Order: sequence, then structure tokens, then C-alpha cells
Amino acid sequence: MSYSPEHVAFREEVREWIQAAMPEHLRAKAEVDAAFAHADVMEWHRILAAKGWAAPHWPVEHGGTGWDTTRRFIFNEELELAGAPPLSPFGLNMVGPLLIQFANDWQKQRFLPKILAGEEVWCQGYSEPNAGSDLASLQLRADTAADGGFVLNGQKTWTTYAQYAHWIFLLARTDPNVKKQQGISFLLCDMRTPGVTVKPFLTTGGTPAFCETWFENVSVPRENLVGELNQGWTYAKALLGHERTLVSGVGISARTLLRTKRIARDKLVDGRPLLEDPTFRAKIARVEIELEALRMVVYRTVAAAQLGHAPGAESSILKLRGTEIQQACFDLAMEVMGHDSLSWFNRDGVVSAREQSVASSFNYIRAATIYAGSNEIQKNIIAKYILGLPG
Amino acid sequence: MDFELSADEKLLVETVQSFTKKDSPVERFRRLRGTELGWERATWKQMGELGWLGVSFPESAGGAGLGFVAAGLVLEQLGATLVPEPFLSSVVLAGTPLAAAGTPEQHERFLAPLIAGDTALALAHVEAQSRHDSASVSTRATRAGAAWRLTGRKRWVLDGHGADHLLVSARTGGSERERDGVSLFVVDAAQPGVRLERVDCMDGHKAALVELDGVEVDATRLVGPEGGGAAILDLALDHAAAGACAEGAGLLARALDMTREYLMQRKQFGAAIGSFQALQHRAVDMFVEVELCKSAALLAMIKVSDPSGAERMRAVSAAKAQLARGGAFVVRQATQLHGGIGVTDEHDIGLYFKRHQVLAALFGDFEHHVARYASLPSFDAHV
Ligand SMILES: Cc1cc2nc3c(=O)[nH]c(=O)nc-3n(C[C@H](O)[C@H](O)[C@H](O)COP(=O)(O)OP(=O)(O)OC[C@H]3O[C@@H](n4cnc5c(N)ncnc54)[C@H](O)[C@@H]3O)c2cc1C
Repeated sequence: MSYSPEHVAFREEVREWIQAAMPEHLRAKAEVDAAFAHADVMEWHRILAAKGWAAPHWPVEHGGTGWDTTRRFIFNEELELAGAPPLSPFGLNMVGPLLIQFANDWQKQRFLPKILAGEEVWCQGYSEPNAGSDLASLQLRADTAADGGFVLNGQKTWTTYAQYAHWIFLLARTDPNVKKQQGISFLLCDMRTPGVTVKPFLTTGGTPAFCETWFENVSVPRENLVGELNQGWTYAKALLGHERTLVSGVGISARTLLRTKRIARDKLVDGRPLLEDPTFRAKIARVEIELEALRMVVYRTVAAAQLGHAPGAESSILKLRGTEIQQACFDLAMEVMGHDSLSWFNRDGVVSAREQSVASSFNYIRAATIYAGSNEIQKNIIAKYILGLPG
Repeated sequence: MDFELSADEKLLVETVQSFTKKDSPVERFRRLRGTELGWERATWKQMGELGWLGVSFPESAGGAGLGFVAAGLVLEQLGATLVPEPFLSSVVLAGTPLAAAGTPEQHERFLAPLIAGDTALALAHVEAQSRHDSASVSTRATRAGAAWRLTGRKRWVLDGHGADHLLVSARTGGSERERDGVSLFVVDAAQPGVRLERVDCMDGHKAALVELDGVEVDATRLVGPEGGGAAILDLALDHAAAGACAEGAGLLARALDMTREYLMQRKQFGAAIGSFQALQHRAVDMFVEVELCKSAALLAMIKVSDPSGAERMRAVSAAKAQLARGGAFVVRQATQLHGGIGVTDEHDIGLYFKRHQVLAALFGDFEHHVARYASLPSFDAHV
């Protein structure tokens, strides 16, 4: 667990590079933990891509860095510490790894470089109005056309950032006459195809994060079918493995705790910074201690993966506890702010820049225990597959 | 970063596991808890012969030099079946300061027989007023020519009733809560002026109340620098806390397993109670806490030897707080999910509940470690 001189030097290199590479307007936002806009995120993505650091976890032949586990930790820690914009996961962490594992050569060459470069933005089309936790009951129809391609009809929902996306990866029903898991295919659809309509929802966080996405006679060429027809469910399940370490949100939580401490440093109670109050410090420490334990679980999970081992049972807790901790962090931030936590998208100066988006995030973060497989569903899975409990 | 066990460590885990399974299942602890000693000297000797008692001590002190992780791995396995031998109290709590601060001659005299399993050692540092403060010492050591004379009272000396030697903290200078002026001495348990009274702990383990009435020791019995004992004690207490986390991790994992088995076997309403979703989710919540305890304990086991005291304290306090709070959830729900049988002395789950409670209270409790964690410089880093 101690760092070799090479790793120490690597940390230095990463830190200096981030310092130099992050444009002034992003740094200014990072400095006060302001919310990043989609354009900010993509700008940072392209800067990382130009350096070759957008997808360290990808295989080298597809543009990964070939770093060892320790370097990847160090890299992530430095990004987190600098408050850099977190990149959109849909291309880099979801469809990218899935394509690397299951797509044909043409598909890899067509899609992976543009994901890596941040030239094409992706969204995820799994959920439907009547297929949430019970995802396999999805009904978006993909009928086979005369030319062997597909025609899509139906609706997806909760599609995060569909309003910005060039492409969507979809689960669609290609055979309605078999067991529900068996008639699903994995398709890639250009969002600019005629018949695709996107309508953003306002979330309780006050921002339009996710959308309703309709498909009306939308053509998808055969070449955009990933893997075998009717095998989409298998691929989607394999992808869930990739998401595990990601959804723990350890970096986000660490960043939120730091932000909370900074707000507490600037908030005076009886003339003294709230951060100096031992009771309050203990409150933050309780959450931080859990976060440290969870971070260790992430380390163990990634280290096992690096050695080519199947993830241990411990990795299954990452989503569950990680999202609870994310929520606890924002609870603390709201508490620190006191009356200022009432503030909702007001002009600059009503509350400090660091506090501006806290109430919005506090509301939006409720989603963390719902998306990517709700925490109740996570518990059902762990109970059945890890604890071996009946039925 | 590599969390794979080395070949030596794997072998160690396997041998301890097979010992606990064959030679020391929970029934053994159940049988021994009613006896005068509470554990067996023959088994202690066996552990010495197997090399377990010296695994973590440096080779220069007569140990195997495998590092503290090795001791933690032993403790984790011993914890799983509540093995009563005084590994945590004797090897870790009392052995660590002796190994760290003792002279080669002291290692030879007091540590070597411990490593061989011929003797047991206990740390006598707690006093009525001391709570978790290692510098709160009112026992006095005064000079008597070239020797020292010790007078005072110690409480809750873990496994002190069966110890051959006691490592005693006593004040050689300074006022009652001053860090400077605390010194450590090795006293023979059988020496004139030492009065040991055995007391029972709620978990079936035993401790001693110790009275020292002008106990005379020569200068060769002073461990570490005169007046510099508080830092050595803190090191010992952090090792013991990390050890408690390791033992706790083994104990909690077993308590979860027992609960899991019970959920599958116990039927109500015509079905295994483990088929009820409310109980499945509770079991998963227990599983989450067990995994966090294991990971936090591993980090503490690794970091406890870190030359930076702040790194050591950070990891140990985090793990100990996790053991106390997360672990409490596990054993409480384990009891709850067993129903009425869970609160009988007859069922083993209660033994796990009690051992956890004791481990949580020792070497700094939840509040102590949370407060310490929050007072470290790392807490304010980058703010
Ligand atoms: C902010 C946000 C972003 C999202 N982004 C995307 C996206 O980009 N792409 C996409 O495809 N989807 C996305 N989702 C959808 C998300 O995956 C679903 O919301 C989730 O799968 C739950 O489905 P549901 O909303 O239909 O709730 P339901 O499945 O109806 O669940 C309602 C409640 O019942 C519980 N429940 C359901 N079944 C069980 C059971 N068997 N046992 C116990 N409890 C149960 C759930 O846990 C939940 O608490 C997003 C969701 C949110 C909130």
C-alpha cells in the first residue's frame, strides 16, 4: 500500500498536467465546486483525450493507457482533488466496454475512436414506462425490415442527457414470442434518425437531466446490431459488471465532504467557524470513516480485476452503500448551510458560489439509490446470488 | 497495490482454519469459559510450536518477521470460532510494546518464552480514572537505590489472571495526566507485593484487578526510555485496536453465516423465513457491514505499521469505529433474526454478540475513535 518512487513521480506528473491543462473557466468552477455544464464536461473530455487519458481502463489497442492499478487510483485521486468535471459514463464506461467485448471489428472501428475522442455523445435506452426494475419486460419493438435492418416503434424513458446525445444504445424486443429475456437485442441508433423525438423532464433538482425518448418508424441498419440477434439481455448483464465500481461514487462523495468542510470553514457560529466545533467534526468524521472503508472495497475490487480474478463478493456492496453515502454527504452539506440551504437558483451573491448548487444536488441525489438498479433490487440480487437465500 | 495474500500468509490462514475447525470449535470456548483459567496452556504451547505467537514480531526480536497483517490473519480466524487463548491480549497488546521498545536482553527474557508458548504476558495500564487516555496514570514508580518500587492499582488487565509477566505503566515523573513521565516495567505476576484478583468479563473472557504494593524491580525491568512510555502505550493500543478489528471481522463473518443458515432452516408460515423479503434485505444490510468491517480492518492491519503516526491513527480509528457501529448492527440483527433462541445462553449467537460488544469497548470505543479521527491533521487536509 505504500507508493514506489515511480508512483510518487507519476502523481507529480498527473498533478502538474492537470494544473496546466485545465482551462481557467473550469478551474474557477472547480475552485468553488460549481456545477459543470454539459459543454464543460465535453471540453474536459476532449482535453483528456488529446493527452491520451480519457479511458485509462480500456485495452491499450483501443486507446487505453496500460497503467497498473495503482496508477489508475492515483490518476482518479488527482482528478478528484482538482475537482475536475466527471466525464459522462455512457460512452466511456458503458457502451465502450460492451463494444470492446462483444462488437465486430467494423463496429469497433466505427464507434470506439469517436467515443474516446469525445466527438460522439451517447445515452442509454433501457428503461421504459412499464419496464423499470423489471427491465426484461421492455416493449420497444424492433421489427425486421425487408433489407434486414430494423424498424423501431415505442418509447424509452428516464434517458439521461438524451437531449445532448448523438447516439443511443438500446435494448429492443426482436422476438415477442419467446421467454421475455430471450427476445431482446442490443442496438445502436443514431439520435438524428427521422422519427426519434426527445422531451426533457425537469428533475426535482431543478435541472433537465433525463428525457422521454420516442421512436416512430425509426430505421436502424442491420450493421448496428451488436452481437447476435436476441442475445441482448446477455450483453446487458455483462455490462452491469463494468458499472459496479463506477456507481459507488466514492470520488463524488469525497469531493462533497471536502466541499462541506469548506462551507463549514466559512460559516461562523457564535463567531467561530463551524468546522472547529467538535460535535460537527465528529458528524462529518462518521460519514468519512464509512467512505474510507468503502474506498478500500473499491481498491480491492479493482486490484482483483487487474489480476484477472472475478470480482469478490465485496464488490456487490459498492452501489448499495456508495449511494447511501452520497446522500449522507449532501445531508451534511445542507445541514452546514443552515438557512442558506433554502436557496434555489438565486443570483450570485445570495449565497456563496460554493453553496449555489447544493440544494439542487441534494434533491437530485435521491436518484442515486434508484438508478443503475435500485437499491432494493441490489438487495434482492445479493440475497439470492451471494447469500443464497431462497426464492 | 496488491491485496493478494502471499504464499506464507495463505498457508498460515489454512493452518489456523484447520485448527479452529478440528481442535477449537465454539464448543471448546463454551466448555472453557466456566474454568478457572478460561483457556489451556497446552494449546498455547501448541500455538507457539506452530509459530503463530511470533508471526508478526521482527526477526531481531525472535519473531518470524511477517508483519502485522499476519497476526491479523491469525486473529481473524481465531475470532471465527471464539478461540479463548490470549492472542490479542498477550501477543498483540502486551507483546507489541515489549517488541518495539525492549532491549535484546528483555526480548530474550520475556518475549522469547511468550513466542514459544511457555508463558503469557499481560498489559496492566487501565486505571479507575484513565478511560482511554494512556497518559492518565497514577500508579507510581519511585527509585529505591538502583531499583524501582511500584505502588498502585490497575483494573481490567486482560487475561492478567493467567499471565506470568505483567507489563505495568507507572509514573516516574510528571503529574497525573501528563504524557511525559509514564514508564513501563515488567513485573513477575508471582512477585511479592503483587496481588491479582480474577474478574469475569461479560463475554466469558477473564481479566484481573491488580494491586501493586511496593513491588520492587531492578533497572533491567524498565522497558523503553524512562518517562517515555505513553507513546509506546499508544502504539500498543493501536495494534490491539487493529487486532480487535481483525478478530471482529472473523467473528462478524461467522455470525452472518450462522444467521444465513438459520434463515434457510427455520420455517414459519409454511416457508423458510429466509424467503421473506424483509429478512433478506436485513441480511444484506448485515453483509454490507461485514464487508466494510473486513476492508477497514485490512487497511488498519496494513497501516498500523506505518512510520507516520498520523496514517496509523487514521486507519485504526476508522476501522475501530466501523467495527463498533457496523459490527453492532450485525450482531444485533443476528440476534433479532434468530428470534427467542437468540437470547438463550444455549445458542452460540449470543456468544458472538457479547464478544463483539467487548471488542467494541476495548482500546477506544466508537466515540473515542471518531473524535480522534476528526482531530487528525488529515481531516483538515485540502480544506
Ligand atoms: C436520475 C435518473 C437517471 C436515469 N437514467 C437512465 C438512463 O440514462 N437510461 C435508462 O435506461 N434508465 C435510466 N434511469 C431509469 C432507472 O434505471 C429506473 O428508474 C430504475 O431501474 C427503476 O425503475 P422504475 O423507475 O420504473 O421504478 P420501479 O421499478 O417501478 O420501482 C419502484 C419502487 O419499487 C421498488 N421495487 C421494484 N421491484 C421490486 C422488487 N422486486 N423488490 C423490492 N422492491 C422493488 C423499487 O426499488 C422502487 O423503490 C434513470 C433513473 C433516474 C432516477
